Amino acid sequence: MAGVISVKQLNTYVRSLIEGDTRLNYISVCGEISNLKNHYASGHMYFSLKDNDAVIRCVMFRTNALRVSFKAEDGQRVVCSGKVSLYEKDGQYQMFVENMVPDGIGNLSEQFRLIKEKLEKEGLFDVKYKRPLPKFPKNIAVLTSQSGAALQDILNIISRRYPVCCVTVYPVTVQGDTAAKTIIDALNAVYEKGTADVIIVGRGGGSAEDLWAFNDEQLARTVYESPVPVISAVGHETDFTICDFVADLRAPTPSAAAELAVPDIAELKSQLNVFNNRLKRGLEHKFSASRLRLAELLRSVYLLQPMEIVATRQRKVDALTDRLKNAYKTNFDKNNLRFTTLVAKLEASSPLKTLARGYAVVEKDGMRVKSVSDLQVGDSVSLTLSDGTVTSKINKVVKE
Amino acid sequence: MEENISFEKSLSELEKIVAKLENEDCSLSEAIELFENGVKLTKNCTEQLNSAKLKIEMLTGEDSDE
Repeated sequence: MAGVISVKQLNTYVRSLIEGDTRLNYISVCGEISNLKNHYASGHMYFSLKDNDAVIRCVMFRTNALRVSFKAEDGQRVVCSGKVSLYEKDGQYQMFVENMVPDGIGNLSEQFRLIKEKLEKEGLFDVKYKRPLPKFPKNIAVLTSQSGAALQDILNIISRRYPVCCVTVYPVTVQGDTAAKTIIDALNAVYEKGTADVIIVGRGGGSAEDLWAFNDEQLARTVYESPVPVISAVGHETDFTICDFVADLRAPTPSAAAELAVPDIAELKSQLNVFNNRLKRGLEHKFSASRLRLAELLRSVYLLQPMEIVATRQRKVDALTDRLKNAYKTNFDKNNLRFTTLVAKLEASSPLKTLARGYAVVEKDGMRVKSVSDLQVGDSVSLTLSDGTVTSKINKVVKE
Repeated sequence: MEENISFEKSLSELEKIVAKLENEDCSLSEAIELFENGVKLTKNCTEQLNSAKLKIEMLTGEDSDE
């Protein structure tokens, strides 16, 4: 940069210098709030952070200000986290606060309670957001300290239990002021890469202060936004952090997280063995059942004596023929009896029979004569006997 | 059996095949086909479990202070 420059150019340059410093990109500063102004229209919060010797101007934009878990007031000691930059218009450098929590180590449990209550109220811990872990993860992202025992524990367990997946280790700072920021960045890197199907985030045991980064509100929100299930494993079984509450699954220790993340390959192999045996047994059973059925069929009388097929039918035909004959005979006999009865009746009423006994039918001029009064001497009559007719003349008529 | 069939899919497929085979309703030729597929799947699954080695990728990042 040479010669004379404008004020704006100078401010832009200084701003770029400040923003080029990664340490100033996310930094936590403690101090006392003063000159607090809530800008009602915009919702932004303007204030100064000061201690005995110095002061810095701060601004907290609406989206961040809304998330402050307590009522900020002048004189209150707080820890502000965010980036430092220069406001070019007035040449003042200031802090763009993203997170604000009450200050003081003694205040940790109170801060924990406030953050927990707030996020709980927002529903970040809701059971309905808890996702099941993938049964057979392919790519596990591990976010922990590169030098910690936790990483070795996790890698040991995964390589023993399920050495068929890929583990991507994202080394992060797990304690101190910058820890939350590095974990958030690593999480975002995991999300961006998009290959992980489960994330383990955690660290080994330590004091409440050591674990404090895992209570970071922004970290909790980043975990909440994870596209894949997150296992939180911070400290020992008795340690609970905000990260544990917001994660899909809390593991009591990093080792436990690894156990939960992957299946046991030995169990899978034995399960495969069981399947294999069941397949064999299933097929064998199918074969023996088929064989049995075949044997049963082969014992069938029709296969053993094929002529029996004809014989059976022959027997049926014979039986039917017999029935037909019988039926015919019965029917015939019945009708025959009826006929002879009728004939007998007919014969009984026939005059021929009477004639046969020696009687005769007397007729005159073709009319039957029933009384002597119908006849006179000299009449010609015909007498019909059983075997013929004679004609005679009346000689005498005697009426009785 | 293609390599790219996921282990999870293979395993659940295998589970289905075993259950089907154990069910009396399938014909013998179906049973043989099921058996063959099942054996292929178990082989494939076992190979997947045996062949692979744990891959660890270490991304460079800020070192730790733990």
